[in-house]
Amino acid sequence: MYQVITTISLWLIPMLLAFILVYGMYKKVQIYETFIDGARGGFATAIKIIPHLVAMMVAVTIFRQSGALQLFISWIQPVLQFFHIPGEIVPLTLLRPISGTGSLALMTDIIANYGPDSFLGRMASTIQGSTDTTLYVLTVYFGAVGIRNVLYAVKVGLWADLAGAAAAIFIVTIIF
Amino acid sequence: MINFIWLGLILSGIVVAAINGNIEVINEAAFEGAKTGVTISFGLISILAFWLGVMKIAEKAGLLKKMARLMRPLVRFLFPQVPPDHPAMGYILSNMTANLFGLGNAATPAGIKAMQELQKLNPNPEKASPAMCTLLAINTSSITLVPTTVIAIRMNYNSQNPVEIVGTTLFATVVSTVVAILLDRYYRNKWMKR
Repeated sequence: MYQVITTISLWLIPMLLAFILVYGMYKKVQIYETFIDGARGGFATAIKIIPHLVAMMVAVTIFRQSGALQLFISWIQPVLQFFHIPGEIVPLTLLRPISGTGSLALMTDIIANYGPDSFLGRMASTIQGSTDTTLYVLTVYFGAVGIRNVLYAVKVGLWADLAGAAAAIFIVTIIF
Repeated sequence: MINFIWLGLILSGIVVAAINGNIEVINEAAFEGAKTGVTISFGLISILAFWLGVMKIAEKAGLLKKMARLMRPLVRFLFPQVPPDHPAMGYILSNMTANLFGLGNAATPAGIKAMQELQKLNPNPEKASPAMCTLLAINTSSITLVPTTVIAIRMNYNSQNPVEIVGTTLFATVVSTVVAILLDRYYRNKWMKR
C-alpha cells in the first residue's frame, strides 16, 4: 500500500506534464506561447492572496504566540486522545471549511514549525489539499444566481468536510 | 462567520497575553504574522505561474472537453433532472474537469455559468434546485489530482519530497466526495418526497 501510493505520488505530476505537452503538440497547439499566456495569470493570483494571508497570519500568529492555542488544545485534549488525533491538527480541521486562505495559513504555520516531512506536516498537507472551502464555494455559486434558500447544501458540504478530514487523518496515520 | 473566527483568534490571544502579563508578545506577533503572509504569497508566484501555463495548454488542446465527454455517463447519473443536451451539462463537466486538475481559476467561472444555466430550469429563482445542490456538493468536496498550492508551500519549506502527499490527498478527497454525493442523494430523496 505504501509503495503503491508513494509511486503514484512520484509519477503523477511528471506523467501528467509529459502527456499534456505531447498531446498539445499533437493537436498543433503553440505550446510555448500558450504556456506563457496561461502563466501570466499566476502573478495576479498570488498577489490577490496577500491581503487574505496577511489578515489570517496576523490573527493566527497572535493566537499561537500568546499561548491561547495551547490553552485551547489543553481543554479538548482528552477527547482528541480518545480518537488519536494530534491537537495541532484540530484548529486546521475546524477552519478548513470556513476559510481556504485561513486554513492555508494554518497549514503553512504547522509546516514551518514542524517541517514539511514531519508527521504533522504531512497530515496538515493532506487535510488542506483534500477538500475545498465549503462556505466560500456556497457563497460564490449561490450568490451568483441570487439563491436565498439553499435547501440542504450547507449540511451536505460540512458533513463531507468532516468525512474528508477523518479520512485524511486515518490514511496519514496508516501510511507514514 | 469568518468575522467571528478572526475576532476570536485575535481577541483570545490578547486576553490570554494580558492575563499572563506578557502583552508585548502581541506587538511582535502582529508584525511577524503580516510579514509571513506577504512572504508566503510571493513564494506562490512561481508554482501558480507554472501550473496555470500547463493547464492553459490542456485547455487549448481540447483535453478539458475530451475529459468532459468521457465523464458524460457519470454526469447523467448525478444530474437526472437536467436534459442531457442542455448547455448546463457542458459547463458542469468543464467545472468538474477543472476541479480534477486543481484548476480553481478555471473551475469557478465554469461553475458559476453552470449555476446560471441551472437557474433557467429552476421554477423558483430564490430557492435552490436539487441539481444546484448536487453541483455544490461536488464542488465543496472537489476531487483534486494535483493539490498545487499545498505542494508549492511544501517546496518553499524545503520538503525532501513535496509530492509525497498526493496519494494520501487523493484518498481523502475521494472519501469526502463519495460522502458528499451519497448525502446529497439522501437529502434530495427526502426533500422530493415532501
